[in-house]
Amino acid sequence: MAESSAPGGYPIPITVEFTGGLELLFGNERKHKVVLPARLENGSSPNISFLLGYLVDNLMQDERKDMFIMEDSVRPGVLVLINDADWELEGEDAYELQAGDTIVFVSTLHGG
Amino acid sequence: MYQTSEIDANIARLRQQIAGTEAHLRQLKVQLSRAEQQAKEAHDLGQTYDGGHPVEWQAETLAALSQKIGSSSRLHEDGIPATTPQHSGEPLLLSSGDVSSPSSKGRWPLSTEEYRRYGRQLILHEVGLQGQLRLKSAKVLVVGVGGLGCPAAAYLAGAGVGTLGLVDGDTVEVSNLHRQILHSTNTIGIGKVDSAVDYLNGLNSLVNLIPHRAHLTPQTALEIISSYDAVLDCTDHPTSRYLISDACVLLGKPLVSASALRTEGQLMALNMPPKPPGDASGGPCYRCVFPKPPPAESVVSCGEGGIVGPVVGVMGVLQALETIKIIATGTVDRADSNGKTSEMHSKANEAPAPASPSLLLFSAFSSPPFRSVRLRLRRTNCASCSAQATITEASLTSGSLDYVAFCGVTSPLDILAPHERIGASEYSKLYRSSPHILLDVREPVHFELSSLPGAINLPWSECVAKPGEALLQDVERLTQGREDEGRDVLVVCRLGNDSQLAVAKLKQAGWQGAVKDLRGGLRAWRQEVDPDWPDY
Ligand SMILES: [Zn+2]
Repeated sequence: MAESSAPGGYPIPITVEFTGGLELLFGNERKHKVVLPARLENGSSPNISFLLGYLVDNLMQDERKDMFIMEDSVRPGVLVLINDADWELEGEDAYELQAGDTIVFVSTLHGG
Repeated sequence: MYQTSEIDANIARLRQQIAGTEAHLRQLKVQLSRAEQQAKEAHDLGQTYDGGHPVEWQAETLAALSQKIGSSSRLHEDGIPATTPQHSGEPLLLSSGDVSSPSSKGRWPLSTEEYRRYGRQLILHEVGLQGQLRLKSAKVLVVGVGGLGCPAAAYLAGAGVGTLGLVDGDTVEVSNLHRQILHSTNTIGIGKVDSAVDYLNGLNSLVNLIPHRAHLTPQTALEIISSYDAVLDCTDHPTSRYLISDACVLLGKPLVSASALRTEGQLMALNMPPKPPGDASGGPCYRCVFPKPPPAESVVSCGEGGIVGPVVGVMGVLQALETIKIIATGTVDRADSNGKTSEMHSKANEAPAPASPSLLLFSAFSSPPFRSVRLRLRRTNCASCSAQATITEASLTSGSLDYVAFCGVTSPLDILAPHERIGASEYSKLYRSSPHILLDVREPVHFELSSLPGAINLPWSECVAKPGEALLQDVERLTQGREDEGRDVLVVCRLGNDSQLAVAKLKQAGWQGAVKDLRGGLRAWRQEVDPDWPDY
């Protein structure tokens, strides 16, 4: 792979989107461009689990972390979509991010 | 003053309702006299043709003459179908059988009116005669007659769904009317189900409307849903969403579920195809997608969060469309006597379509506004639809499943000591005389609608994300040049929740001066002090 020729590989640019009210936790911005390192300190590639922590530490503006993360995963009522598919179809939090991926976090709505 | 103006408004509304009802009555009388005239003509025609005219032609002629009666559907008491015609003009006309019923002796499977009424969809390959006949024999239940249920029911009735059940225990309020299109100013205070029946009957009297004038409960859900073929979840809370999904899985009914808030909506067809629990080829249920309920404090209603009318309207219309697709294509058939829905056998040679569950996301102010995503299949450990399901008909009807406890409840926020709060009446006597900083922590869009004189707007949504230090700096900055107001702070918000949080945060950050909140927020201010304060 060409990427691995660079020391540690090339950074991974992805798009992260928040919807269903989650955007309110992220400065009321729905769409964010995020660039992840190609290799983590422990030598592994960044996966969704890493992304969750990264978003809480770097992008989240609201102090109420448990409105997004509970027990090291997304809180109940939040769907994670990897390139327009439920993350459970793609390996959940172990999915390794690829350049150009779009990850959408959707809070379920209840109003009617 | 306040009392009188309320009563005056009430009198005006009652007058308006009486006027509306009287107009309706006049209309009905005109319809009746027209019907009686037609009945007489039909009777005379029958006399004239008797003996010389083929029986089926007589039936057709009578069918044509009976078109404008507009009352082949009748209101029933809750859940009990009426079978005898009650219209005074009808016995004469119906001597050859109910012309709109499939057993009509006419030459055609649909009545003359039905060809005309449904012609625009009948000529589509996707519906056609078979699709229309399926719609006509279908029984569909709409749970919730609000922002989703109103447009959904209107399109289903318009399309000629034979039997339409409506479930809701609420009454119509004026704040419903910007989106709940079956209700009107004349039906404020009336049950939503009755208001909807009134409208739908005027739209298409061929539809058999069945009112269920109470919210669905675990005890009633199975019995009500069992007599329908498909269900639309148009409710507004997780408790009802889990309940309806569980009942649909147990009874083998497809479920079309939608929701909306602010500028966004979501749509899913669940338990589609509707296979028994444990059959992996069935579509996922609500619990497969959301095995755990969201924290109660993350659940926002339309009243709290707001809703753009056409946004929820779009979602309700899409629910009707999805239901029409399911029924007209013959994917599911009518409920049999056991209440189970069996799959259609008319396409016997085709294997039933495998489940390809999807979630449609609508975001009115995003580009593009629609996005469809693939959902997971059934969860192998689902509490409702898997082989290991723990939810049974018995556990549902016995009431041992507590949906409210499962989803949790938010208790009213009460984190301040009594001396840290001030009532609206008390504040009304103080606010001019004692200098203080008045901090309004509502969103700017609320603040623009109405604010107290001298109030400073600092939205809680911004404060909550900040460290206490930054919050203190914000307040210092906003109060510069207003030193005469002193250092005491009174915090107000819409309902008196965020204001408590703001008081606690200011105190924790070490604000120099007394900090209190207005108990009950600006709603209490309107109720206790200023009746003209906007009620939104
Ligand atoms: Zn399930």
